[in-house]
Amino acid sequence: MSLVRTFAILLRQAYLIRGSWSRVFPLFAWVAVDMVLWGFLTRYLDSITAPGLHFAVSLLGAVLLWDFLVRVMQGVTMAFFEDVWSRNFLNVFSTPLTIAEYLGGLVLSSIATSAVGLVVMFAVAATVFGLSFSVYGLTIVPSLLILFACGIALGIVSSAIVLRNGPSAEWFIWPLPAMISPFAGVFYPIATLPAWMQYVAKLLPPAYVFEGMRAVVTGRASAVGALSWGGGLAVVYVLLACWFFARTYRRAVRTGLLARYSAESVS
Amino acid sequence: MSATAGIVEPAAAPAERVLAVAGLSKVYGDVKAVDAVSFDVGRSEIVGLVGPNGAGKSTIINTVLGVLEPSAGSVHIDGVSVAAERAKALQRTNFAAVYAPLPGNLTVYENLRIFGLLYRVRDLRARIDALLGQFELGRFRNVKCGVLSSGEQTRVCIAKALINRPRLLLLDEPTASLDPATARDIRARIRDFAAQGEAGILWTSHNMYEVQEVCDRVLFLSKGRILLEGDPKTLPQQHAKATLEELFVAVAREPLTVGAG
Repeated sequence: MSLVRTFAILLRQAYLIRGSWSRVFPLFAWVAVDMVLWGFLTRYLDSITAPGLHFAVSLLGAVLLWDFLVRVMQGVTMAFFEDVWSRNFLNVFSTPLTIAEYLGGLVLSSIATSAVGLVVMFAVAATVFGLSFSVYGLTIVPSLLILFACGIALGIVSSAIVLRNGPSAEWFIWPLPAMISPFAGVFYPIATLPAWMQYVAKLLPPAYVFEGMRAVVTGRASAVGALSWGGGLAVVYVLLACWFFARTYRRAVRTGLLARYSAESVS
Repeated sequence: MSATAGIVEPAAAPAERVLAVAGLSKVYGDVKAVDAVSFDVGRSEIVGLVGPNGAGKSTIINTVLGVLEPSAGSVHIDGVSVAAERAKALQRTNFAAVYAPLPGNLTVYENLRIFGLLYRVRDLRARIDALLGQFELGRFRNVKCGVLSSGEQTRVCIAKALINRPRLLLLDEPTASLDPATARDIRARIRDFAAQGEAGILWTSHNMYEVQEVCDRVLFLSKGRILLEGDPKTLPQQHAKATLEELFVAVAREPLTVGAG
C-alpha cells in the first residue's frame, strides 16, 4: 500500500474544497444550524421541566454526536462523488491505485472534513448553550471513535451502492442515517422501542454509545463492556464495508460497468 | 505475422515487446465484443488500431488498462501480467482518450500533480514543469481544465499520459474533434515521444490519413476480430485499394471478404 497514492486522493479533495465555497460552506453551516435549533429547543425544555433533567447535556449532546456520524459518512461519500460527478473513474482506476489506497484516501478526506464540523459543533454548543463535555468524562473518547468508525463504514457502503447502481442511486444513500437513527436510540432509551426494534438496535454500535451517554448523564456508570462490544461491532462493520466495496468494484470491472459507468448498467 | 483473427505471432522479439495481448476475448451475454484477439506492440513502435464503431477498439484498450476484465486471454505490459500484478503493470502504462477528460474543476497543475502522485513520479515538480513547457501549457498552469479549449484539454490529457514516462502509451482517438493544425501538432509531439525509443504506442483513430502518417503498423479490427495487419503505407495496394480509407470502408462493409483476400 502506497501512502503517496492515498495522499493523492486526499490532496485532490483539498484542492476542490480550497477553490469552492459551495464545498466549504456545508462543512460547518448545517451543523451550526443544527446546534442552534436543538440548543434553543433544549433550553426551552429545561425551562418547562423539572430541574435536573439536563436536556442540554443529553439531547443537545446526542444531536452533536449523531451529526458527527453523519458528517463522517458524508465526508467519505462526497470525496467518492467527486469522481462520479467528474466522470473520472477511468482516469483514476487505470492508474496503479489499489482499492485499499483509494478507500484510505476517502477516509482521510472524511477525517479532515468531519473534524471541521466537530470543532464547530463543540464551539457552538459550548459557547452559546453552555454544554460542558466534561460531563461525559472519558467516555466521550471511545464514543467518538465508535461513531467515527460507523460513519466510515456507512460512507463506504453508500459509495459501493452508488458504484453498483450508478449516479442516480445517490438519492438512496442520503436518507440512510435517518433510517438508522430510530433504531440507534439517539434521542430516547432503547428500552422505549418495541422488542423487534431492540433486537436491531443490538446490532448497531451507535446504540451502545447513546445508551452509555445517557447512563453517564443520569449519574450511572457507563457500561464499559457494552461500549467495548459496540467498538468491536464497529470495527467488523468497517471491514465488511471495505470487503463490500472491493467486491462491488471487481464486479464493475468484470461486467464492464466501470468502463461505461454513465450508462448505469450494462444490461 | 498472421493477418486473420486468432493468435498472431509477435513481430518483435519478446524482450522488445511493451504490450503482448494473447487470445483476448470479451463476451457480454451472447455478444462477443472481442474475439480471440492477439497482437503485440514493440518498443518505439506506433501501432494503429482501426475499425468501425463498435469493432471492439475501446474494449481492448479498457482490458489493457485493467478497468475491464477479459473473458479469456492475457495482457502483459512490459512483461508484467495485468491480471496477476495489476499495480505493477499499470505503473508502466498510461493513456489519453477523448472520452476521458481530466476533471474540469481542477487546474492543469493540480491534475498533473495528482496523477503524478498516483504514478509515484520522482521529482514531480520538475516533471510537471517539463511537460508544461513541452506542450506549451505554462500559461494555463493555474487555469481549470474545464475552461480550456478542446485542443488545450487534449494537450493536458497527453501531458498527463506522459507524466510517468510510460513504456506503453494508449491513445484512444487523441485527435478527435481537433482542428487539422492542432491535430498535426499533437501527432508530431507523440511521434517525438515514440522516437525516444523507450515506449511503444497503441493508437486508435478513425482518421486514415493520420494512421498512415503516424503508425508503423496497423491492425484492422471488425466485429471484435483482427482481419488485416500490416504497414499502413503498403497495405492498401496489397488489397487492390487506392487508399487506406478505401480499404477501411471495404473492411467495414465486407469484413469477411476482405479478410479472406
